Amino acid sequence: MSLYCKIKKRLGAFTLDVKFEATDENVALMGGSGCGKSMTLRCIAGVETPDSGKIIINGKTVFDAEKKINLSPQKRKVGFLFQDYALFPNMTVKKNIMAVMAKEKRCNIDKFISAYHLTGLEERLPSELSGGQKQRCALARMMACEPEIIMLDEPFSALDSYLRWQMEQEVISAVKEFGKTVLFVSHDRDEVFRISDKVVVMEHGKNEKICSKHALYIKPKTYTDALLIGCKNICQAYWKRGRVLAPDYGLELECNENFDGLSYLCIRTKRILPAFLTTPSTDALLLEYEIVSVTEGVFSDILMIKPQNADGLIRWEIQKDVYAQLHKYPRVMAIPRTEILLLTK
Amino acid sequence: MDWFPLYNSLRISFVASFITFFIGIFMAYYIVKLPGVLKGFFDTLLTIPMVLPPTVVGFLLLKVLSPKSSLGILVKKYFDTTITMKWYAAIFAVVIVTLPLMYRTARSSFEAFDKNIIAAGKTLSLSNSYIFWRILLPNCKEGIIAGFVLAFARGLGEYGATSMVAGYIANSTATISTTVAYFWQTNQDSQAMNWVLVNIGISFVVMLIVNIFEKKNSYGRRS
Repeated sequence: MSLYCKIKKRLGAFTLDVKFEATDENVALMGGSGCGKSMTLRCIAGVETPDSGKIIINGKTVFDAEKKINLSPQKRKVGFLFQDYALFPNMTVKKNIMAVMAKEKRCNIDKFISAYHLTGLEERLPSELSGGQKQRCALARMMACEPEIIMLDEPFSALDSYLRWQMEQEVISAVKEFGKTVLFVSHDRDEVFRISDKVVVMEHGKNEKICSKHALYIKPKTYTDALLIGCKNICQAYWKRGRVLAPDYGLELECNENFDGLSYLCIRTKRILPAFLTTPSTDALLLEYEIVSVTEGVFSDILMIKPQNADGLIRWEIQKDVYAQLHKYPRVMAIPRTEILLLTK
Repeated sequence: MDWFPLYNSLRISFVASFITFFIGIFMAYYIVKLPGVLKGFFDTLLTIPMVLPPTVVGFLLLKVLSPKSSLGILVKKYFDTTITMKWYAAIFAVVIVTLPLMYRTARSSFEAFDKNIIAAGKTLSLSNSYIFWRILLPNCKEGIIAGFVLAFARGLGEYGATSMVAGYIANSTATISTTVAYFWQTNQDSQAMNWVLVNIGISFVVMLIVNIFEKKNSYGRRS
């Protein structure tokens, strides 16, 4: 079970140029809005036609520009869960699901209805359902069609945060049971981490190499990665005679190897400590600072601080009780060496 | 009062709008899917009768249907009759004049329908004809019915092209609109007024129906 996708498509000034491969796993396409995530899914499903390239689903070539192969969406057997669910508005829940089932399998309809918690809603029209119910119905309909792979296009973005969590659990369990390749599109880094195994980062229509989510989240390598996983403190950096320098933050750290292509560094906002909480064994850089502004959050406060002898502002998320003690000690913060990430462009 | 013109008008308009209904929907369905330039061309071609004077449509129709045209000569030779100056000649005229109305309302209904629902149907392996008959048409029915009624009403009042291809022959090709013209030209104002009132009554009811259908929100339309 696998998916191979290497396509190019021009849309006005925008060029989509993606290449990735996935096996039996849950892969997320992650990127900001307008980066071409959804278009990639639509090309794989056959709803849009790429200009060139090749798409192979489970060993079957469904698109090959050179060999002039372009199977219709009907023949590709790709399950596609649309962001706005795309239920047939004139059909009841039951008919929406029945419509896509093979005739001899329609006797199983009740099983689908109860498996997706739709019991009692069979005779309702989509306009009479809540967001979560619509999504369950769309999920049931997609599964009833017995797809070869499934693709989820920002499946939770139309739901409010409480329902989102609940539906996420339901979708994860449905997807696990499915057991074949799953492509999941999202811009939400936390969602991607919870749901997927591997991540393909996309930007301006291009993608980076597929990587495991742990590698991406714990050790991002590029500026784009760092932005996507939510790093807030990023500044320019360069290497000079055994040291990495970041003048915006007034940082200087030893680094014997010349890190190839180094252009930025990033400090995780939640991992900065006040110096009084460190032990002598902590390998950290110490910086004097002054507080520029304080924004109160629910469980922690967000400080904007200016390191001494530098102009850049660093964002520091600090526990409320720690913040309360801060004024008793000298204004020195400690940045653990492990929390300073070196990035390429 | 001789009710033949009413009967004849209704008969012409029903047959013509029935034909228009199917041609209009299918044209709309296929033209929406065409690429840019071709779409613009066919769109203009189908819409042009709406802005042409009906006499121009009538004139062109006579060029095709009259006994002197090649089609007319064939019909004369094999069926020993003519197409023009018969009650059914008006059907040709009415179809051409009402087609833009049906086509345009159907097209805007199709264009307003959520494309993702069509795409979803395709990825769910539903055939294109199933998607058209069971999903697209039922969800666009308000717009399509409004288009049909509008075409019917326009057909009922058609005068210019009809009078050129079918003329006015009492009890044979007379329609409401040609009858009004005939009575007025022959100084029978009160007779003409009767038919004017009948015509206003019918038009009023028809427009009322169109409004009722257009106000109802179609399903699947993005608000």
